Amino acid sequence: MKLVFLKQKMIYPRDNMTKTLFSMSLSAVVLAAGLTASAHAADAPIRVGFLTIKSGALAAGGKQMEDGLRLFLKERNNTIAGRKVELFVGDTAGQPAIAKTKAQELVEKDKVQVIIGPLAAFEALAIDDYTRKAEVPVISPSAAAEDLTQRKPNPWFVRAVGTSAQTSHVLGDYAARDLKYKRIAIIADDFAFGHETASGFQRAFEDAGGKVVQKLWSPLNVADYGTYIGQIKPNVDAVFAAFAGGNGIKFLKQYNEYGMKAKIPVLGSMTTVDEGILKSMGDEALGVISTGWYAAGIDNPDNKRCVQSMNRDYQQDPGYYSMGAYGAALMLEQALKDVKGKIEDKAGFMAALRQVQLSNDPRGKFSLDALGNPVMDIYVRKVERKNGKLANSVVKTYPAVSQFWTYSKKDFLANPVYTRDYPPAVNIEK
Amino acid sequence: MSFWLIQSLNSLALGGVLFTLAAGFSLIFGLMRIANLSHGAYFMFGAYIGLSVLERGYGFMAAIVAAALGVGLLGGIVERLILRRLAGNSLSQVLATLGVAFVIADGSLWLWGGDPRPVSAPALLSGGVQLFGLTFPLYRLAVLVFSVVIALGLWLLLDKTRLGVMIRASVDDRQMAQGIGVPASRLFTLVFCLGAALAGIGGVIAAPILSVYPGLDADMLPLALVVVILGGLGSLAGAFIGSFLIGFIYSFGQVLFPDLAYIILFLPMVIILAVRPRGLFGRITA
Repeated sequence: MKLVFLKQKMIYPRDNMTKTLFSMSLSAVVLAAGLTASAHAADAPIRVGFLTIKSGALAAGGKQMEDGLRLFLKERNNTIAGRKVELFVGDTAGQPAIAKTKAQELVEKDKVQVIIGPLAAFEALAIDDYTRKAEVPVISPSAAAEDLTQRKPNPWFVRAVGTSAQTSHVLGDYAARDLKYKRIAIIADDFAFGHETASGFQRAFEDAGGKVVQKLWSPLNVADYGTYIGQIKPNVDAVFAAFAGGNGIKFLKQYNEYGMKAKIPVLGSMTTVDEGILKSMGDEALGVISTGWYAAGIDNPDNKRCVQSMNRDYQQDPGYYSMGAYGAALMLEQALKDVKGKIEDKAGFMAALRQVQLSNDPRGKFSLDALGNPVMDIYVRKVERKNGKLANSVVKTYPAVSQFWTYSKKDFLANPVYTRDYPPAVNIEK
Repeated sequence: MSFWLIQSLNSLALGGVLFTLAAGFSLIFGLMRIANLSHGAYFMFGAYIGLSVLERGYGFMAAIVAAALGVGLLGGIVERLILRRLAGNSLSQVLATLGVAFVIADGSLWLWGGDPRPVSAPALLSGGVQLFGLTFPLYRLAVLVFSVVIALGLWLLLDKTRLGVMIRASVDDRQMAQGIGVPASRLFTLVFCLGAALAGIGGVIAAPILSVYPGLDADMLPLALVVVILGGLGSLAGAFIGSFLIGFIYSFGQVLFPDLAYIILFLPMVIILAVRPRGLFGRITA
């Protein structure tokens, strides 16, 4: 029972300092609001809109995104490319209609120059039309829907995270070639992200010689996985579990309770064993192999510092949402440096944003393809217990993976987008 | 063979969870004639209270008692301070319970955060039972026992005590019951407390299976509605049988007709509403 409920207005300057800054810079902003960027604009703060979710079922991810962004701003002393940053936060409550209203509010009332957000793919799709028309740059810190950077690219949209299948292609390949699995059952959330993740896995796994013999789609808000676990074929080599939100916690716990963990190993999507939910799991998650564009165990100085500060400020390891937002902020910073802080030149800034290359990203080397999607390292990860807490350690690294995996971009885009039934699963056993 | 056995046990366990959820809902509806839309929120709130008690190292029984008291008290306050003022206007009352549900949901988010929180089964009941080479979680069997105990307790209360007689009389004919001296005012508060407390207990009992997370309330409320509509409003037996019926329909429906997973629960509800609006065992019409 979904009830649309208009949340109280959540857009506000964050603290006294920004409030003072806000009033001090008002006159400058009024001048800058004209058609051309005036000389005064360079002294005014950069106005960054942040669309997140503070209430409802997805609030945990929204909180982590905000943690990642605030950590970044704290590290930079709230200054990017020599200009102060003023952050405007909009709470979408996880509702597409509200996401659109909030995006409009950020752009038209708060005059933000760039938006970081929103969280969910359906929210990103909901604001897509508007951001095209309003020509406002959007950096997606989380939404992974394939077509946002494939068949329906938006010139004003770039992504800081991988597409749904960008990581699961790699896992499919790894499962067949390195783990030598032949037969796999898939269980996934029955919504677009689950479909895309599962289908990408299936394609790469079968192209490398494996067979997906069973596919189970569980409703996103399923009360209980018991009935699904009871259906898993006993003669598969592994189960690929593609879950979002908190479902991974529930599934792995029940999988263990039904005595399955000892019998059939689990492969997970990035979000099934994300650091953001690993902290709520127990030994049932140990040994789960997954792929992701991040792992808290990545061995580079930028990541070590990031993990340390995140634990100091927010008592947790960075994960999908916090690193997505942190990565989005890194992209913003690099693009701003490239245009020497002149965000008022929208076209110039957007061009710089689309050509961003990062060398200081905790996730490793990072660049964007022509469609605005990252080409980045994908890590094969394994859940281990370190210093008493669960974390993903890196088992293998696939450098510079694109959203098209090893397929040709032209052929990939000529096919339909991944769905529940595409590509068709030809090896399903009844 | 073992597949059917495991799925049947799953159905029974789910039925047990549903009964602890739906019993209070049915009780409140039977007496007060309002659909308590905050019932899912009471369920979640109870689960969160239980979680906090367990995290402080107290046992599972303590968690259940704390949740029953905490949520029951909250229910009493809501009835006295809010619903009472809207007496006679059931639409306003239903909307008020919806408002309360939002307040509880956001309050829980504020108090317990947005992360999903798994809850461990008591040590005695964790682990599994071996059946034909398959493992079935022991706790799920325990939930089944729990629900039968609760059903028995409620049956004794409603059938064998003076309070139960007054409640049943008020369900059947409220005006007549008041006319012969049933203290309606106290009775309403008491039943609302009891119904809310049952939801709280259900939350704790279900937590090791469902875990606790924001949105649990909205996930559970429709299930409560489905159960009582199928079983019949205001009837304990209806809620009991409706719960297990839904448990079976849900578990086997999802396996045998996976493409109907979303409507498999609501299809029987629609049919019942069309054919027999008072439900299988209903005493009153919806």
